[in-house]
Amino acid sequence: MSTEPTAPTSLHAITVLGHDRPGIIAETTGRLAELGLNIEDSTMTLLRGHFAMTLVCSGPATGTEVELALAPLSADGQLTVTVRDVDDAHAEPGEAGAAGGGTSWLLTVHGGDRAGIVSAVVGRVAMVGGNITDLTTRLAGDLYLLVAEIDLPADADAEALEQAIGEAAAGLGVRATLRAAEADEL
Amino acid sequence: MSEHPVAAWSEDDLGVEGRVLDVVRAPADVLSTVGERVDPCSPESVQLAADLVATMRVSPGCVGLAAPQVGVSAQMFCVDVSEHPKTRGHHGTFVLCNAEVVASSRNEKAREGCMSVPDLTGDVKRASRLTVRGQLPGTGEEVEVETSAFEARALQHEIDHCQGLLFVDRAAGAHAIYARKTYL
Repeated sequence: MSTEPTAPTSLHAITVLGHDRPGIIAETTGRLAELGLNIEDSTMTLLRGHFAMTLVCSGPATGTEVELALAPLSADGQLTVTVRDVDDAHAEPGEAGAAGGGTSWLLTVHGGDRAGIVSAVVGRVAMVGGNITDLTTRLAGDLYLLVAEIDLPADADAEALEQAIGEAAAGLGVRATLRAAEADEL
Repeated sequence: MSEHPVAAWSEDDLGVEGRVLDVVRAPADVLSTVGERVDPCSPESVQLAADLVATMRVSPGCVGLAAPQVGVSAQMFCVDVSEHPKTRGHHGTFVLCNAEVVASSRNEKAREGCMSVPDLTGDVKRASRLTVRGQLPGTGEEVEVETSAFEARALQHEIDHCQGLLFVDRAAGAHAIYARKTYL
């Protein structure tokens, strides 16, 4: 009985960005499936009407093979596709994350649109070692809105952070609320 | 058994005609400001109560309207969920002044919209069993409203407005805010 050598499993981070049209996801995932790749994590949305998808997949293909397989997607110049090999060792939440004994929070910021809202507010989060695990911003008419999910280290002072964020927000003429993210135990 | 004072209340009790006011939209400062407590018997409060009801009545799909939404930083709102398909129990049309939640339980998540944030909707977790205490405009009578389901959600949404909070301040997560697809 002979044993075939098992192809090494690689992890690839892929982004697809550009002009939206029906079928982009079907085509992308179809080509990945043909390579035997498994989609482990993905997110897709429209940003001001532009298609934006990021996915992480694993399987026995090299990054070059993935790039070649996805090349037809960008052939008409309407989409940009990038493929990057990533290291699985960094895929788990770090020590600063809630999984490391910290706490999870939800931050909402809203107000009149102006440059610098996101950077000013989330800068306060970074200063205490907080990690943003999910972030959405929206511009709806004159209203700019940010909602972020944040992991704070166990020793972080959430009250002091809330005050710092509030001061940063007030300086920009926007409002911020920080609430503990509730997890329902069922 | 006599009818609950809130269910028995009618805007006719105010004795003034309501005016239809403009509804302000975020990011107006008044929507992010804690409203002032009001004297429910003052002529200004009585007129504001009538105005809130009148404005709610002409606004399609509107089941509640708080004073900050018409540009007045005050703790007063009106509610009427009686015609909404999600409604089970309800207390008809009423206005509450200086209202506060005194008991809440059974949190449920549901999608909300707001006339003051017309382009977005969001998933918000709120109590589906609720007791609210407030005062009726005109008489100042203190009342407690025990309610559930959709009326409970509407009351919490309006009380939040009076405290300078929008539903986006209570979004259930970073992906819990959506662009509105249909407008009433």
